[in-house]
Amino acid sequence: MIEKADIVIIGGGVQGCSIAYNLAKRGQKNIVILEKDTVAHGASGRCGAGFRQQFGTEMNCILARDSVKIFEQLSDELEYDIELNQRGYLILAYTEKEVNQFRKNVELERSLDIPASLITPEEAREIVPCLNTEDVLAATYCPTDGNVNPLLTTFAYAEAAQRLGVKLYQFTEVQKIETDKHGIREVLTSRGRILTDTVVNAAGGHAREVGELAGVEIPVYAQRHQILVTEPVEPLWAPMLMSFSRNFYFQQLPHGSILGGYGDPEHEIIGHDTGTSWEFAATMAKKMTSLVPILSNVRMVRQWSGSYTMSPDSQPILGEHPQLERYYMSLGFSGHGFMLAPITGVMMAEYIMEGSTCLPIEKLNITRFERGELILEPSVV
Amino acid sequence: MDDNTIICRCEDVTWGEIRKQLDKGYMTLDEIKRITRAGMGPCQGKTCQRVLLHAIARYLNKRVEEIQISTYRPPTKPVPLGVLAGGQDD
Repeated sequence: MIEKADIVIIGGGVQGCSIAYNLAKRGQKNIVILEKDTVAHGASGRCGAGFRQQFGTEMNCILARDSVKIFEQLSDELEYDIELNQRGYLILAYTEKEVNQFRKNVELERSLDIPASLITPEEAREIVPCLNTEDVLAATYCPTDGNVNPLLTTFAYAEAAQRLGVKLYQFTEVQKIETDKHGIREVLTSRGRILTDTVVNAAGGHAREVGELAGVEIPVYAQRHQILVTEPVEPLWAPMLMSFSRNFYFQQLPHGSILGGYGDPEHEIIGHDTGTSWEFAATMAKKMTSLVPILSNVRMVRQWSGSYTMSPDSQPILGEHPQLERYYMSLGFSGHGFMLAPITGVMMAEYIMEGSTCLPIEKLNITRFERGELILEPSVV
Repeated sequence: MDDNTIICRCEDVTWGEIRKQLDKGYMTLDEIKRITRAGMGPCQGKTCQRVLLHAIARYLNKRVEEIQISTYRPPTKPVPLGVLAGGQDD
């Protein structure tokens, strides 16, 4: 193993690989990624594949919009077909409160050049003819939202980074980050030590522990989320179907299978459990068949789970840790890490190399919790 | 084995597609599955996982036990969503 590195990135998920690639693309040398299993083994390889720009805060809208711009040309840039599909997100409103929120969201989105619109249940049915619109009061639709293959995207970033000289060590677990009064000194791993003064914590569900390894506190935790997938069937409808109040998201992927899940913070396991529950499969099947009744005969072939890394305001933590110089963080994405990785990889690379970024990264600094400047997102599943 | 030999019948994945990934340096069943879809179909690898495991081990000159396998997940057999949805009330 290499003995010395300019930058050590901990975590071979989409964040770590995107940061490594963007650093190397800007000319940074001697970058190492440490991954305790294989690339995309954690949440990047377990996520729901979707990306959307329909959010309720300006920060999320801008990050998502700029991420989509990168997704749109990423297959060419990384020389790897990541199976981009822009077939929209249709988000359903079931309460008056939601309709009011969506009205505000759409106004915000349009002011930021995101082509979303508020539509009627009848218009929603024109987009998805097999949709049961009972109790639906309105919906928002953005045609440039969509999905990509998250596995291939992560592998594509990892391969492109390695072509630019990044060293990837898999099955290599970080055991300790040694520091002294000047800052970071070295990273101890299960396969030896690496001298470095710069570490990036991109450890996803394990981000809190990777903070503890350096003696710094990071207020995030892993929360299990489950997903199920069906056998592939003929094309039934195009966009992602989603609701915050009824709590679900599911879509038909280009391959034909239908994939979806819901959030259940009250019952779901806190920690690194990757098991599944029968209750989830039964509840999700109910939600899917009641919204799209023709799905009754489509068979589920697999269910699995992965971790959301929850932050206190469900927004990512980006930037340097105030207690440890050159200890950078890209974590706490609270369920949106995959879709934001293209832009956060760029922002982190700019921030580490130049100290400033194209987008206001300071607002996502970890010190916002002490300052009480939380950015609360009203529109999450 | 011929490059045109179909290893995963559910997803139509040939040995050639798998060999290409092994040549790139991927070596666990999960990586091969995640990139090529081998084992992701309705049978969830029950038909092809053994064949694939032995083929990978032989190609990489390793013992079968050295190849990291994928997780088996519910359900054992594909279940219609309508049956799952009705099941909770029974």
